[in-house]
Amino acid sequence: MADTELEDLKKTPLYPVYQEQQIRLTDFGGWALPIQFTGIMDEHKAVRTKAGLFDVSHMGEIFVMGPNATDWLNGLVTNDVTKMEVDQAQYNAVCKEDGGTLDDLIVFKYSNERYLVTPNASNSEKIFNWFQQHASESVKIENCSDRYGLLALQGPASATILRSLTEAPFESLSSYTFLPEATIAGISGILLSRTGYTGEDGFELYLKAEDVPALWKALLDNGEAYGIQPCGLGARDTLRLEAGMALYGHELSEDVTPLEGGIGFAVKTTKEADFIGKEALASQRKAGLEIVSRGFELLDKGIAREGYTIVDTEGEEIGTVTSGTKSPTLDKVIGMARLKKAYAKVGTEIVIQIRKKEAKAKIIKKPFYKKENREGQKE
Amino acid sequence: MTDKKVCLFSKDHEWVELIEEDHVRVGISDYAVEQLGDIVFVELPEVDSEVLKEAEFGTVESVKSSSEVYSPVSGTVAKVNSELEDKPELLNEDAFAQGWLMEVKTPGPFSKADLMTYDEYETYIENL
Repeated sequence: MADTELEDLKKTPLYPVYQEQQIRLTDFGGWALPIQFTGIMDEHKAVRTKAGLFDVSHMGEIFVMGPNATDWLNGLVTNDVTKMEVDQAQYNAVCKEDGGTLDDLIVFKYSNERYLVTPNASNSEKIFNWFQQHASESVKIENCSDRYGLLALQGPASATILRSLTEAPFESLSSYTFLPEATIAGISGILLSRTGYTGEDGFELYLKAEDVPALWKALLDNGEAYGIQPCGLGARDTLRLEAGMALYGHELSEDVTPLEGGIGFAVKTTKEADFIGKEALASQRKAGLEIVSRGFELLDKGIAREGYTIVDTEGEEIGTVTSGTKSPTLDKVIGMARLKKAYAKVGTEIVIQIRKKEAKAKIIKKPFYKKENREGQKE
Repeated sequence: MTDKKVCLFSKDHEWVELIEEDHVRVGISDYAVEQLGDIVFVELPEVDSEVLKEAEFGTVESVKSSSEVYSPVSGTVAKVNSELEDKPELLNEDAFAQGWLMEVKTPGPFSKADLMTYDEYETYIENL
């Protein structure tokens, strides 16, 4: 990408590092970020077998504070915030009244009066505005997205690499819990969370923007002996897809409810508090879904890409591919589809229109990959 | 192995190597392969089918995206590189040797019109 084109894009704190190392950058939803450093396959495999480091500083960070923070937030998100412990993280959706998904995001609880919400980059502004529209006097909403960066250290060697750089007691963290103020590589005030978007063990590190380059370097330098690789957004996408995780703009959108998008586990229609979209989601759940999100495996040759039409064996249109690629770990072509419930059963044969050809596929279980089933972990 | 310096290039990054006066081998350049990244699937035309200059004749897919490839010549497909069916990564390893895509028999002597020499192509991609 030419420098003139890059000028208009938003930049993460690592932009100077990318420039210096001449890493090719792409316009990713208005952000200048690398799709890959060495290659998507290599990076993907590093995360599955060793470790990978991602710059996801484009993600948003919104603080919600005040004596009424818990109840207020609980009225805007689909999961049950009142069930959260301090230092716990929770996956959530934010919906419109009609149940359409405005974003999927993680809520971090510091205390009953202080939460961090981390929307997707492309929805960050929208969610902040949505929160403000529904603001109450007893909460303060602060968009700190420009002041914070985020690095994701993912893969089986993540804990070992982190251990060489911190005294913080992160080993005791279970999945979706965090340390609010860790010091890593001499950098203090880092939110160290055992979360990720790859299906591997790993950590997400939220920190002040100006500290990002130093932490990036320290993790890569210390991780070198353990096979760490810097990873781009390409591998992030193939990893999350293998792990069966939804991606906003693909499986989820304002026209898709979280139930239809495959994240119904984060929708607590039985929680006591009212929340925006509750009525629509409860009634959709009660009536039963007509459209669902499912995983498939391609049986014929080809790659099923987002937007391709799915038909049944009679040729009748039944859905659309929302994500698809060749799985680097499983060596088969996988994808996710939005399709009619009648075709959602595991084993059902479907047909995907790939350009002029028709390719057979079948519904299989998500996630496609589970770390517990990993082979050759010690290699 | 095809010496890329004797190849001719299209603006769509296909290369052509003259085998006989009316018989050429076609592939995509190392520049195109690098832009695509890890290639995981290649769809090629049927042998004996007709290809048209500047018309799509196949698809090269990387992990991330799918790209059509355009024929730099018109003619009949004489041969396709069927090894790519199981080993699409050959394109990443060597776009000018094992990664060739098809051979085309042209109706008359092959015309170099609109194609670039290696040096011209180098200048062309530098300015992209």
